[in-house]
Amino acid sequence: MAKTLYDKIWDAHIAHEADDGTCLLYIDRHMVHEVTSPQAFEGLRMSGRKVRAPEKVLAVADHNVPTSPMVGGVAAIKNNESRIQIQALEKNVKEFGIEYFDTNDARRGVVHIIGPEQGFTLPGMTVVCGDSHTATHGAFGALAHGIGTSEVEHVLATQTLIQSKSKNMRVTINGSLPNGVTAKDITMAIIGKTGTAGGTGYVLEYAGQAIRELSMEGRMTVCNMAIEGGARAGLIAPDETTFAYLKGKPRAPKGEMWDQAVENWKTLFTDEDAKFDLEIEMDAAELIPNATWGTSPQDVLPIDGTVPFPTDFKDIARQEATQRALDYMGLEAGMKLTDIKIDRVFVGSCTNGRIEDLRAAAAILKGRKVADTVDAMVVPGSGLVKMLAEEEGLDTIFKDAGFDWREPGCSMCLAMNDDQLKPGERCASTSNRNFEGRQGFKGRTHLVSPAMAAAAAIKGHLTDVRDI
Amino acid sequence: MDKFETVEGVAAPMPLINIDTDMIIPKQFLKTIKRSGLGVHAFAEMRYHEDGTENPDFILNQAGYRNTKIIVAGDNFGCGSSREHAPWAIGDLGIKVIISTSFADIFYGNCFKNGILPIKLPQDKVDLLMDDARRGANATMTIDLINQEIKGPDGGVIKFEIDAFKKHCLLEGLDDIGLTMEKEKSIDNFEEKMAEATPWI
Repeated sequence: MAKTLYDKIWDAHIAHEADDGTCLLYIDRHMVHEVTSPQAFEGLRMSGRKVRAPEKVLAVADHNVPTSPMVGGVAAIKNNESRIQIQALEKNVKEFGIEYFDTNDARRGVVHIIGPEQGFTLPGMTVVCGDSHTATHGAFGALAHGIGTSEVEHVLATQTLIQSKSKNMRVTINGSLPNGVTAKDITMAIIGKTGTAGGTGYVLEYAGQAIRELSMEGRMTVCNMAIEGGARAGLIAPDETTFAYLKGKPRAPKGEMWDQAVENWKTLFTDEDAKFDLEIEMDAAELIPNATWGTSPQDVLPIDGTVPFPTDFKDIARQEATQRALDYMGLEAGMKLTDIKIDRVFVGSCTNGRIEDLRAAAAILKGRKVADTVDAMVVPGSGLVKMLAEEEGLDTIFKDAGFDWREPGCSMCLAMNDDQLKPGERCASTSNRNFEGRQGFKGRTHLVSPAMAAAAAIKGHLTDVRDI
Repeated sequence: MDKFETVEGVAAPMPLINIDTDMIIPKQFLKTIKRSGLGVHAFAEMRYHEDGTENPDFILNQAGYRNTKIIVAGDNFGCGSSREHAPWAIGDLGIKVIISTSFADIFYGNCFKNGILPIKLPQDKVDLLMDDARRGANATMTIDLINQEIKGPDGGVIKFEIDAFKKHCLLEGLDDIGLTMEKEKSIDNFEEKMAEATPWI
């Protein structure tokens, strides 16, 4: 029978199937960070259980870490709770024998950036992490999704998850992307079309020429936001771009094993006659750079658009949500998106904190200055991204333009460290969520691509990057 | 985990759609290393003013709804992050049942691990229950998981669907890990098979 890529990976990982169809799905890779793991380790301790396969687990602290240079190490982190949470992770990885990239390790960074960088994530694998943006790893043709802390404990103890199969969904982007349009614009445009619950219950495969033409960095950006569309996981079939990215990565297979792996990975695609429960097609030529105006990722519009009126929506609940979003965001319905003035710019996160994202922002910033009214920061996604960017001189471009060049971490994507918006501050951000309070209490977020963030920084308001 | 028992009481109406996990438990409260004690922070940014005083507009601050065990919510409840702190906070507040037209996948799964029953119903049924919830103190409903039904204040009964395994675990208060470990042999066998088929993993 013809299978989708999701069907193939699912079938290959069933360790046990009960009569009612509930499966034990085997998990190949588990990434752990400080926020969603302490209660899981505590649970293991209390029940006297061990970690079943510590070699399949990799841990890093990313959500809480300061992005200022960590002089004095973890012990010098001023916020008590942040420090305690990171120290708890350090204690847990030691006790349970798990590999950990500490806060001085060059390989540290946002969990979803370091996994691919190390070749820890490979095609055909199942990958989980106590973090919804685990969907990122789907860019490699791995079935990757976020889990709760109880499930983190379950995977640590058993290397499996109790799962029922999701439905199959495919979004095909036909044709090539026009100039100025990026992976971020694709993934946000899809959410604009399907809504934040449109993918609920599905695993979403991205296909089509525009997807195939993306780099691995771009594919990770697309899959990263699958969860914002409600899908549990995003998937892109591996191809030569994937293999070229992985070859030589520290944990990728080597020698004969590499050849054997690539042979296997070449079978990871959706069969021609496979059926999807939901199919959506979009034309790349119709996409233009976009930005969000409201407090849900589905509140997205092309940058030449205007802020909607609540009455633009038929549904009463959506009208009420729109009015609430307008009030929260301090916007007038009918105003142009390009008239929205900003106070802050954030370039970084597991969505857009990779080298290609920094290059895209730097290309716009080169020889230009951040507007006087704007405070801008760039947070590389990992220590390795930061080093490479510095080798390429990107840090100088950012700093000359007036950006603050920071240490790696999740930073102002979710504002668990000191990087936060003040009440009422408005930010053009390359992150993934514009929820109320996400980047700081009463902070206002507009999601954009790195190039669009750089353009907004220069102009002091949301701007069409194609006009720069 | 405690066994799930029949829940009876007033339901709080929260009709806003897309109530996300940042609204349910803002990130500043994710720094805890415990599961307990998050109830006081549940819905913090809607529930409290900046100075820490209660916002009387928020439903759970209103007379008749303070001790509610049931929430009737707008579509796509629990969207956003995977943080289990969301059901921990809601559970710590005393909420046992959430009714909506849809839930985000991860949040939905997380509820069951914490003795909370999320019930999915069609729009017209949720509308009906939302109206009941708005009537406050005089309109109690009963959630009977064994028979998979909601008895409304006026005697009407609404049936709901739920996965049989999840229902069983809730009713018995079962620990997933213990159940899975009974299948350890299957996991061992799978690992042996995969070591041959995909040795690079």
